[in-house]
Amino acid sequence: MVVVDAIVAHARRDHPDEACGVVAGPAGRDLPTRVIAMDNAARSMTFYEFDSMEQLRVWREMDDNDEEPVVIYHSHTATEAYPSRTDISYASEPQAHYVLVSTREEDTTEFRSYRITDGVVTEEPVSVVE
Amino acid sequence: MAIEVRIPTILRTYTDGAKQVEGSGSTLGELFTDLEQRHGGLRERLVDNGGGLRRFVNVYLNDEDVRFLSGLDTPVKDGDTVTVLPAVAGGAL
Repeated sequence: MVVVDAIVAHARRDHPDEACGVVAGPAGRDLPTRVIAMDNAARSMTFYEFDSMEQLRVWREMDDNDEEPVVIYHSHTATEAYPSRTDISYASEPQAHYVLVSTREEDTTEFRSYRITDGVVTEEPVSVVE
Repeated sequence: MAIEVRIPTILRTYTDGAKQVEGSGSTLGELFTDLEQRHGGLRERLVDNGGGLRRFVNVYLNDEDVRFLSGLDTPVKDGDTVTVLPAVAGGAL
């Protein structure tokens, strides 16, 4: 629950700009444990981009901790939580779960997860573990 | 001594699964050309048709993003570490 709440809180905090981040987890376990909110270098309502220097620092830290990016998340602030054409063309971590959060409604937050491999989007169920 | 190059998961199909490979050259561009001889297909994923760095890829020399240095003309030397990471980006449109 903590991971989901942290992602939603980050998306709400940055609304109406898109929020983005990573959830790291122990390598090979497919278990997201450590939420890392990243800066949206684009500071945009319709685009997000990790800051390249922050990404290097975070990716090295994961390497040192024997972790991997289990989830890559971002928010859509006026549209549904479904990968856009841009999301698909940029997706470059075939083993990651791409989580999309929509903050377009004030009182409910859509929270959905996808695999994006070779341009093909597959939605997957989200199961929350304690 | 050689230049160490760290390869992200998505490009390890070109390195037989290796996380790290070695190469040589006096600039980043030469290093990528050298790597291509042993890891065919890799260079095309890093360099675009115009001979510049691809937009969707981040390349770092030690602790610096090479876009803030001289891109593919950035000088490299034995003992350096080059890290390749896919850019993470997207958006609603």
